[in-house]
Amino acid sequence: MTTVEHVESEGPSGGDGVRRRDFINIAAVSFAGVGAVAVVVPLIDQMNPSADVLALASTEVDLSAIQPGQAIKTTFRSQPLFVRHLTDKEIAEADKVDPSTLRDPQTLEQRTVDGKKQWLITMGVCTHLGCVPLGAGEGENRGEFGGYFCPCHGSSYDTAARIRKGPAPKNLEVPKYSFTSDTAILVG
Amino acid sequence: MSFPWAEQYTPKHPAMQWIDEKLPLPRLVYNAIGAGYPVPRNLNYFWNFGVLAGLALVIQIVTGVIMAMHYGANTQVAFATVEQTMRDVNAGWLMRYAHATGASFFFIVVYLHIFRGLYFGSYKAPREMVWLLGLVIFLLMMATAFMGYVLPWGQMSYWGAKVITGLFGAIPVVGNPIQTWLLGGFAPGNASLNRFFSLHFLLPFVIAAVVILHIWALHIPGSSNPTGVEVKGPQDTVPFHPYYTAKDGFGAGVFLILFAIMLFYAPNYLGHPDNYIEANPLSTPAHIVPEWYFWPFYAILRAFTVDFFFVPAKLLGVLAMFSSILLLFFLPWLDTSAVRSGSYRPTFKKFFWILILDVLVLGYCGGAPAAEPYVMISQVAAAYYFAHFLIILPLISRFEKPLPLPNSITEAVLAKYGKTGGEPVAVPAE
Repeated sequence: MTTVEHVESEGPSGGDGVRRRDFINIAAVSFAGVGAVAVVVPLIDQMNPSADVLALASTEVDLSAIQPGQAIKTTFRSQPLFVRHLTDKEIAEADKVDPSTLRDPQTLEQRTVDGKKQWLITMGVCTHLGCVPLGAGEGENRGEFGGYFCPCHGSSYDTAARIRKGPAPKNLEVPKYSFTSDTAILVG
Repeated sequence: MSFPWAEQYTPKHPAMQWIDEKLPLPRLVYNAIGAGYPVPRNLNYFWNFGVLAGLALVIQIVTGVIMAMHYGANTQVAFATVEQTMRDVNAGWLMRYAHATGASFFFIVVYLHIFRGLYFGSYKAPREMVWLLGLVIFLLMMATAFMGYVLPWGQMSYWGAKVITGLFGAIPVVGNPIQTWLLGGFAPGNASLNRFFSLHFLLPFVIAAVVILHIWALHIPGSSNPTGVEVKGPQDTVPFHPYYTAKDGFGAGVFLILFAIMLFYAPNYLGHPDNYIEANPLSTPAHIVPEWYFWPFYAILRAFTVDFFFVPAKLLGVLAMFSSILLLFFLPWLDTSAVRSGSYRPTFKKFFWILILDVLVLGYCGGAPAAEPYVMISQVAAAYYFAHFLIILPLISRFEKPLPLPNSITEAVLAKYGKTGGEPVAVPAE
């Protein structure tokens, strides 16, 4: 013990008072810190969606039975998905609006696939706090703009599912999807 | 840690002496909540609520641990096992109703405890740490209560979880990944339910640990009192036991009577019928409301309906809601008046009652549908809430002329009961 203390007190210093013990101290604590961070990463990452949750990340939808003016509610990533067959009148109403006057400016074209303007496919998740808006089911309240109406905090969406009134900041989200045939889409 | 005149712990029985030498736990208890802790002699019944909050925590832990024995944390069975607890498990209905009613009573006593602290200036030096730790307990309680409400997997459970985790989605850029991380999926599901159950079981014990720190920090300066005048000598105090153990015991009796009335005659009064419908991700209840104890904060959240300076209304609401609680952490430094007790602060007292009214109005609006006139009222009330702490309180502290303070606790007590001097010095009962 005495030898160790002797070496420590008279140990080599770089002339600026830095002892070898200081270097070892910083190196050891830094190494332990890196180790601690490396352990924390999996502890945090385990809370992200697991493989089986991610495996359900795409959905196929058959459109053949949906008549103009009708909509269906299905699920995509365990959240509601609205698939709506717009009537010509609803398309005209959506096109009539000047996008620059909107909270989240977008045209119906930008929200649908080229040449398939009548198929409006959006998430059924209000962009305010995530409630399911009404309007996809038969006889539900579609709000004053004829699209969707969220009963939680009163957000109203128009026939292109764009936010027009109420607290929601964004239009209903359009998920990534593609037409696999004329009457079927693959979402995700 | 205590006043020099505190009673000393002297174990008489050889067994107690033996324990005291090895592990002085009885000594710790004696000095913390026994005759060894001198307490101001003039505490009124508002000083009961700390002990009552502790009692409520014990009720929640006991009933909660029992309920966990009958619960299945899986979306397939969660709703069914809760119903099974209600119908098939012996006394299961009692455990669940006691747990649900107990949560409300826990918040009632904690809100009264906070009310006491606000009115009598208990947050002021030298007790800032007691106040800060109390707020930490309050935040932990809110997190625990929220996660507990998700466990029965009813409609309100599911949609409450969705709305509350959606709050984090309002944060720019990282919001959506954080929400997905919290839920372990894109919507509340099995992963969410399991982690909420795990944390709902853990957090009460964390609360218990912070409660110990809260009491520890309290016992360094000792309890405050209704006059706000510090203890000056032995004549100002009485030993905690038997004086306040008796007074708290009486308060606990009243608390338990009220608790039993609610538990046995109106167990669902504060709940929502929608939560007896199993969670359905495709159908939102017509009117999502949190439990009553979150209403004032929920009203502040919903008060923001228009964007300011490119900051979306949704984010503003979330920031305001969190700030409304975080603001309280700065209270000891916002209220700079040297006088603690509201009883001696005539201007403070008026604005204090306006604040209480304001919070009650916010609470009412938070439970009402998101429509006019409630949104407008919430906006005004939320603005007043912030104005009270950030503008009114600092100004009052500067300009108010307080009433003359009594020279000591004893003088105040004697004046109140019309006696003059010669009052016997406090001695413990035999």
